[in-house]
Amino acid sequence: MLTFTIRRLLLSIPTLLFISFIIFGLLQLAPGDPMAQVPLTVPPEVKQKMREALGLGAPWYVQYWKWLIQFFWIEPQVFIDYLTNRSTLLGWLPDTSLYNDELRVISWQTRSPVMDIVAQRMPQTLWVVGLSYLVGIVIAIPIGIYSAYRHYSVFDQAGTFITMVGFSIPPFFTGPLLIVIFSVSLGWLPSIYDTTHVVTDWASFKVQFFQMIMPVMVLALQTTAQISRYMRGAMLDNLNQDYVRTARAKGLREGVVVMVHVLRNSMIPVVTVIALGMPAIFGGAIITENVFKVNGIGQLLLTALFANDLPMVMTLTFIFAILIVLFNLIADILYGLLDPRIRYD
Amino acid sequence: MIDHPVTAVPVEAEIETFGALVDKEPQKPPRSQWKDVWDQFRKHKGAMFGGGFLVFITLAVVLGPWLWDVDPKGLDIRNKNWRPIYTLMWDDSVRAGWAHPFGTDQLGRDILAQMIAGGRVSMAVGWLAMVLALVIGTAIGVLAGYFKRLDFWLMRFTDLVLSLPILPLVLLAVTLFRQPLNSRFGPEGGMFILIVSVIGLTSWMQTARIVRGDILALKEREFILAARSIGTTSAKIIRRHLLPNVISPIMVSATLGLATAIITESALSFLGVGFPSDYPTWGKLLADAVPRMQDYPERVLLPGIAISLTVLGVNYLGDGLRDALDPRIRGR
Repeated sequence: MLTFTIRRLLLSIPTLLFISFIIFGLLQLAPGDPMAQVPLTVPPEVKQKMREALGLGAPWYVQYWKWLIQFFWIEPQVFIDYLTNRSTLLGWLPDTSLYNDELRVISWQTRSPVMDIVAQRMPQTLWVVGLSYLVGIVIAIPIGIYSAYRHYSVFDQAGTFITMVGFSIPPFFTGPLLIVIFSVSLGWLPSIYDTTHVVTDWASFKVQFFQMIMPVMVLALQTTAQISRYMRGAMLDNLNQDYVRTARAKGLREGVVVMVHVLRNSMIPVVTVIALGMPAIFGGAIITENVFKVNGIGQLLLTALFANDLPMVMTLTFIFAILIVLFNLIADILYGLLDPRIRYD
Repeated sequence: MIDHPVTAVPVEAEIETFGALVDKEPQKPPRSQWKDVWDQFRKHKGAMFGGGFLVFITLAVVLGPWLWDVDPKGLDIRNKNWRPIYTLMWDDSVRAGWAHPFGTDQLGRDILAQMIAGGRVSMAVGWLAMVLALVIGTAIGVLAGYFKRLDFWLMRFTDLVLSLPILPLVLLAVTLFRQPLNSRFGPEGGMFILIVSVIGLTSWMQTARIVRGDILALKEREFILAARSIGTTSAKIIRRHLLPNVISPIMVSATLGLATAIITESALSFLGVGFPSDYPTWGKLLADAVPRMQDYPERVLLPGIAISLTVLGVNYLGDGLRDALDPRIRGR
């Protein structure tokens, strides 16, 4: 198992390099000009100098190499310094000062390091995405179990229909729909997610709770639909197995048979699906963040794209890629850990 | 009077003694595989509804412009902001009428005509992107499954593409390549080509994996050995013997592909990176209506319902097809 994990980790390095190269190549081929916003009165030779100052004069392989160095060597140094100097979690470690003023990945919009902005935006995305995923899983698993246990019952039919609908309605429709119903008609919930809101007491916690309901539920609907379908399928596969009959025959209570024997076996594929679906939910968050005006990383990516801020776009897209590769790895390892029938070595 | 042939009697008598051997009912004509598939498909109510709705919406957007002869881009500022006809049921004071059954938008464009025109684009993008993805996916799947030398590299490539962040990359490609394609094919044609190819190029991987798996299993079967032993070329084996046998998983992934393509196109339009602003698609109509949804919620609802129902129909169709094409389930 350990050798498998190490091998997979090593394999993910060329994968990530390849992905970063593809993203970089796309950005290089694209004709967008970061100088498009500069006033026309600026003479062309000055524009040329500005371009060179942004590092655009250098050949592509130099640019790519510099980005790689910045992202994989300099940014981790900054991160480790932050961890040991200022963070509460690891602040007790001796202070390191690995970073000494090398050039970091700089955003062309704000002229500040990209990773600083990402670090500011990440908590909002993580809160909304993470919570919605948890809510989705918590709703989906009981629905899947009960649908499969009462196969072809009214509950099963209704559950299958609702998950199919949830699967089919895109978030950019459910978002405005919920806003129309709950913010405009009923006036119960705010339509915009206020990220500057600070939770200090019970009243402000309630505000935070109410503003989170809609974005979380929109994302959770997708998760619920997908996971409960998988859960139901996996339960159905297992409920007809011989070991279930054996368990019943030796007089175990029905609850134990279903919730322990069958559920544990059915969770194996579902857990992998949960891990694999994580990056997709980050992608879906781009749309949800746009609908509810959450200033997370999805919204950051969109504004950077429209502003032709190539370093920001490159870094953000690559962060999405890292998430995918990471969760694929987690899914593979979990599969091996949970299912004793699968041995990778 | 004509004598009966003498020999006929004993034979019939003999058959009479083996009564069990005689068919109780007249023999049915042999049934084809596709008739079985159709019978199983018909039992799936959701799939029948889904298929029916898909046919309906396709016909509506294809034939619609002849039946509803209103220019979707025609401005009529005096008749702006009409409500849909059904609002008359509870509110007599609104401006609505049969001249514009779905109402008009803030520039007086007829919403029904826009829905038809938008549906045309959305469905065309969906179908073409799906076909493109299927062609690429099937080609890679067949090559990887049939030729051992290509298998490793093609599948590593598929895995790599699978771990690309699709939505960010699609956003990237569409924003960055809009300009050159627009100047070559015009703003609408350029965007159409761009969106179809971007969606097609990023959604073939599942098809490739499924097809490869099936081809790997089929390749070892006796009929392939027989075909090869009489000197059939590889190209002909693939065309004649392998492809017809993997048609069912391809059809199922086609329905999934159509659903995703429609949603991705609408999402792009919704995020504002899709077609130009005066060119209606369902996603574009929805996105344009969001700022005014407090006063005119129907402008969000109508395109949203159209997208959702189409995707729901396609998904149900896929479910039914999967059941109908699986010989283990068929007949139950």
